[in-house]
Amino acid sequence: MTNYIIRRLLSTIPVLIGISLLLFIMLRMLPGDPAQVLAGEMASPAEIESIRHQLGLDRPIYVQYASFLSRLARFDLGRSARTQNPVIEEVWARLPNTALLAVTAITLACLFGIPAGIISAVRPYTWIDYTVTLAALFGISMPVFWLGLMLVILFAIILKLLPAGGTGSWQHVILPSITLASFVVAFIARMTRATMLEVLSQDYTTTARSKGLKERVVIVKHALKNALIPIITVVGLQFGLLLGGAVLTETVFAWPGLGRLIVDSILARDYPVIQGAILIFGLLYIMVNLTVDVIYAFVDPRIRYD
Amino acid sequence: MTETAPKADPGKNQAKGLDSPLRRSWVKLRRNKAALVGGCMILIYAACALLAPVLFSGNPSAPNLGKSLEPPSLDQLLGTDELGRSILGRIIYGSQISLLIAVGVISFGLILGVPLGLVSGYYGGKIDFSIQRVTDMLLAFPGFLLALALVAILGVGLKNTVISIGISMVPIYIRLVRGCVLSVREEVYVEAARASGTRDAVILLRHILPNVMVPITVQTSLGMGTAILFAAGLGFLGIGVQPPTPEWGAMLGSARVYIFNAPHAATFPGIAIFLAVLSFNLLGDGLRDALDPRFKL
Repeated sequence: MTNYIIRRLLSTIPVLIGISLLLFIMLRMLPGDPAQVLAGEMASPAEIESIRHQLGLDRPIYVQYASFLSRLARFDLGRSARTQNPVIEEVWARLPNTALLAVTAITLACLFGIPAGIISAVRPYTWIDYTVTLAALFGISMPVFWLGLMLVILFAIILKLLPAGGTGSWQHVILPSITLASFVVAFIARMTRATMLEVLSQDYTTTARSKGLKERVVIVKHALKNALIPIITVVGLQFGLLLGGAVLTETVFAWPGLGRLIVDSILARDYPVIQGAILIFGLLYIMVNLTVDVIYAFVDPRIRYD
Repeated sequence: MTETAPKADPGKNQAKGLDSPLRRSWVKLRRNKAALVGGCMILIYAACALLAPVLFSGNPSAPNLGKSLEPPSLDQLLGTDELGRSILGRIIYGSQISLLIAVGVISFGLILGVPLGLVSGYYGGKIDFSIQRVTDMLLAFPGFLLALALVAILGVGLKNTVISIGISMVPIYIRLVRGCVLSVREEVYVEAARASGTRDAVILLRHILPNVMVPITVQTSLGMGTAILFAAGLGFLGIGVQPPTPEWGAMLGSARVYIFNAPHAATFPGIAIFLAVLSFNLLGDGLRDALDPRFKL
């Protein structure tokens, strides 16, 4: 098992280097001049040149990338062009907020999505199945930022039950989490339904039923256990969607997370922060995929011998 | 349907035979009410886009500050925004922008993704390896984040929104097409074409491409919905299509500030986005069921 984890961990290094290279080259192709932006419109050419030198933008591109990689190995992502704070500090300060939102949302999505999918599969082509299927389709099609605004109108403005945005108490987490969860609950419910329908038609499920086992035992012990791998896969994959959704949800609720940091940095052309925050997002995504692979190996021991 | 005696026209009969799976799929699609609703909604949006100047007279971007943030009324069916512009008019004109983005994004994805997927799957080897590693890198980013990163590089605006979202679609098409080509290239008719000295380009276009059209068609419908959603997201964040162009996401973004005193301004553009995405998803699901029920994305 340890070998399997190490092997998977090593395989992520080339992808990560590739991402950093891609991001680095693309960011250097930007049409605007960050030194000019930072210096302001009234700055003299000498001042702009000095800032360019300070940021290392006057060196050849491969030197800049080598320096970036070497600093990356030391967890040094450079300094923000706007605040002059180390990027890692800026990212680190926002990471717990995004993590809290993402974990609460994915938990909510699993708590509602998996049972909804199971009920839908156990009672196929009934009103309950149609309701779940339609709700899932609505969930997939709904813009997350619009749903967030509608929840603010209902719960913060009309009912005055919850805060419209910001952080500070557990009440502040509720609306952003529900908004973000809606984004993924639909996918989880759809995948659970499809997989359970397939598993419930298998011979071993029929055998379990014919042995006289209770329906609950057949569903939970025999069917759900075998349906877990695709469900875990979709939960892992949805984490990527969730990160994308976090950018929008954090904007709606003025939630000080990584997503909001990326948008603010794009608007201010703060290259080091854009680079650092997106790299951390990519790293998070890769780590989640790795965790999913390790969970597979626990759920299905055949996988670790492949 | 009454059957007539077959005439001695093998070419015609063959054509009929080739048509029959398509006809079966068409019958299946017509029976799928959800897909029909989706298709009809898309037609309504397309009609709004084409007939926008007829449906709404006047300039949808011209401010009228005296009528700022008016609630829905008989005069202004969906109310006005912060600059006193008709929300209904801007939604109607916004359908032009959203459909333009969706078509642009999908064309971009198809033009780059399909040939690369065909070449990658057909030739294999080093070409396949190189294309797939770049695809891996692009897929390592969640789609919306990739589009966001690309917008950061290319800058805001309609053209760059289309390119950014289009590039995020390319790896999806490459993977999809490559996967299908890998199974099709081993078929006997491809081998026969190759043995008879047919050029690779002809084999790819005449024998392989038609066989990967089903997943491409389904992905195109679902991708149109995603493109509209992504473009609206970028517009909402202020880094997509820029004001005063009537884009639904940007309309929502500017309405957010006035949500406490004019909630209607944020409600209606969102409904427009939701229904547009829903209609493409309904049609996409229907197409998938009709063309190949085994095919799941």
